[in-house]
Amino acid sequence: MYQQVAWIVSIVLIALLAIAFFYVVKHSGREGNGAAVAAATGRWRGRLLWGVTLLSIPVVAYTLTELPYARSAIANLGTVEVQAKGYQWYWEISQTKLPVGKPIEFQVTSADVNHGFAIYGPDMKIVTQTQAMPGVVNVLRHTFEQPGTYKILCLEYCGVAHHSMMTELHVVAQ
Amino acid sequence: MNMQNEMPAVGAVKVYAAISGVVILLMMLFGLVMRMTQGQILPIEPNVFYQLMTAHGIGMVAIAGLGGSAVMWHFLGKYVNLRAGFAWANLAFFLTGVVLVLGGIFLGGFAAAWTFLYPLPANGMGMWGKHAAAAYMGGVLLVGVGMLLFYLESARAIIRKYGSFAKALGWHFLKSGQDAPPATVIASTVVTIINIIAILIGAVILTMMLINLYVPEIAIHPLLAKNLIFLFGHVFINSTIYMAVIAVYEILPKYTGRPWNVYKPFVWAWSATCLMVLTVYPHHLLMDYAQPLWMHIMGQIVSYTSSLPVLALTLTATLGSIYRSNIKWDLTSALLVLSIFGWSAGVIPAVIDGTIAVNQVMHNTLWVPGHFHLYLLLGCVTMILAFTNWIANKEQAAGFSGLEKAMLWVFAISAFAYALMFLLSGQASVPRRWAVHLPEWLAYSQVASLFAAGVVISAMAIIVRAMGGIIRPARQA
Repeated sequence: MYQQVAWIVSIVLIALLAIAFFYVVKHSGREGNGAAVAAATGRWRGRLLWGVTLLSIPVVAYTLTELPYARSAIANLGTVEVQAKGYQWYWEISQTKLPVGKPIEFQVTSADVNHGFAIYGPDMKIVTQTQAMPGVVNVLRHTFEQPGTYKILCLEYCGVAHHSMMTELHVVAQ
Repeated sequence: MNMQNEMPAVGAVKVYAAISGVVILLMMLFGLVMRMTQGQILPIEPNVFYQLMTAHGIGMVAIAGLGGSAVMWHFLGKYVNLRAGFAWANLAFFLTGVVLVLGGIFLGGFAAAWTFLYPLPANGMGMWGKHAAAAYMGGVLLVGVGMLLFYLESARAIIRKYGSFAKALGWHFLKSGQDAPPATVIASTVVTIINIIAILIGAVILTMMLINLYVPEIAIHPLLAKNLIFLFGHVFINSTIYMAVIAVYEILPKYTGRPWNVYKPFVWAWSATCLMVLTVYPHHLLMDYAQPLWMHIMGQIVSYTSSLPVLALTLTATLGSIYRSNIKWDLTSALLVLSIFGWSAGVIPAVIDGTIAVNQVMHNTLWVPGHFHLYLLLGCVTMILAFTNWIANKEQAAGFSGLEKAMLWVFAISAFAYALMFLLSGQASVPRRWAVHLPEWLAYSQVASLFAAGVVISAMAIIVRAMGGIIRPARQA
C-alpha cells in the first residue's frame, strides 16, 4: 500500500510544483512592481513553510506510531522463530515453510558482507525488509496474511552475483 | 565590507568547469549503458556492469564536488581573498586520486559500489584483490585530502575577512539587522564547516578500512563503519548542491535585475541546515534494525525538517525573482530555473522515502536513484551546466537560439522522465544495483534507456557548446 501512496503523493506534489513554475515562467516577461512582487513572495514563503510544517507534523506523528523495529526483549507467545543468514551469494534459512496468520520472527544476519533481506509477495512487491549485517542480528517480525510463494531477494549490493541471491518461502494455510 | 571584486573566471575555475563537463558526459554514458544492460538491450557481463556502476557512482559524487567547488571558488573569491595555489593543489590531488580509483576499478576489477560498504571491499570473492580495493579507497582518500585543503583555504579566507564563522553565517545580522554577509558567503561557510567535518570522518573510515585490508585482525564493527560511511557520503553529496546553488544566488539576479537579498529567515535557514545535514544521515540506516531506536526516529524527523528551510526559501525566492521581472532568457538562466525545479521536485520523493514505514518497502529499490537523479541530475548537474555556460559566455547574458531552446527542452523532458522511470520502477519494487533484471521489470529499463539517450544527446550538445566557449579565448590569447 505504501508504494502506491508514495507514488501518488510524489506525482501530485511534483505536478503542483511544475504548475507553479510554468505559471511564473509564463508571467516572467512583463515587468511588474518589484516591491509588490517581493511582498507577495514573502507571503508565499510563509504559506509554504507553514503549510509544509502543519502537514508534516501529523504525518510524522502518525507514521511513527507503527515502527517495524521488534525489540528482542519482547517475547511474543506463539511466534515462529526463523534464522536467516546471508552468504555471498545465497541464503541459509532455517525454515522455509511458514504458516499464514502467525507472527514470524526472522533473526537475520550475515556470514560475510552486508546483504538486504527483502521479502517479496506473490505479486513481486516488497512486503517488508531488513538488513543482514555480519556480527549483528536484526529481528524482523511479520505476519503473512495470504498463502503463497514469497521470494527473498538481496537488496544490499554484495558483489558480482548479488542479483542471483534469491530464495523462496512457502506460506501455507494451517 | 561586502564589495564584490568583479573579475572574470580564471584558470583554475575554467579547468574545473571543463573537467566537470567532460566527466559528467562520460558518467551519463555509463548510466545509459547500465540502463540498456538492465533492459537487455546491451549484452554487458555483470562484473563489467558492477564496475561501471561503481565508477558511475564515485565519478558523479566526485565531479559534482569538483563542479560545485568551481562555482563556490569562483563566487566566494569575489568576496574573500582565496589563494589560487589551493585550487590547483585540490585539482592535483583530485586527478591523482581519480587515476587510482579508475585503476582499481578497470584494471583491478574493483566493484564494491561507490559506498565501499565495509567489509565488501575486502571480500571480492575473486572479482578483485586487496590491492585493487586499496587503490580505490586510497584514491578516494586522496580526492578527500585535496577537497580538505580547498575547504581549509576557504575557512582561512572567510575568517580573515569576516573575523569568525559566526559573523560569516550572519548571526550578528539576526541581532542588529545590519551588515548581512552575502548569500554566497553564508552558503560557502556552511559548506566549509560541514565538509571539513564530513571529509575528516570519511578519511577516518577509509584509513581504518585500508588498515583492515592488510591486517584483517584489526576489524571494525560493521554498523559503526556504515554510520561513518553514510555520515561522510550524505553530507558530501548534499554539499555539492549547496555549493552549486551559489550559481543561482549570483547569476540569476543579473538576468532579473532583482538582487538576491539576505534576510533573517535566510540566515536562520542556512544555520539550521548546518546542524541538520550532519544529523539526518541515519535515514540511510532505517532498515538496520539493530541501530538505536532514537537514531531511527531522529532520521525520520530530521529528513522532514532538513530539506525544508533552505529549499523553501530558495524556491520561493527564485520564483519571486522571476515573476514579472522581464527576465532575459538564455540557456544559462533557463538552466538555473530548471535546476531549482529539479532540486525541489527531488526532495519530495526523498522526504517520503525518509518515512520509516515507506522506507520498509522502498529502501534500496529504484525509488532511491529516482529521487537523487531528480535533485542531482536535474538539480546539481543542471546548476553546474548553467555555470559552465555562464563562464563560456564571458559572464554575460547571451542570445537564445532555436537550437539551444530545443537542447534545453530535450534535456529537461528526458532527465525528468528518466528520473520518473526510476520512481515508477521503485514503486514496482524493482531493486537498485541489479545487473540483471527479471523479465517483468525489463520494460521499465527499456523505456528509461530511451530517456537516458535523450539526456546524453542533449547534455552533449550543451557541454560541447560550453567547452567551445571556455577553450576559445585561451587559444586566442
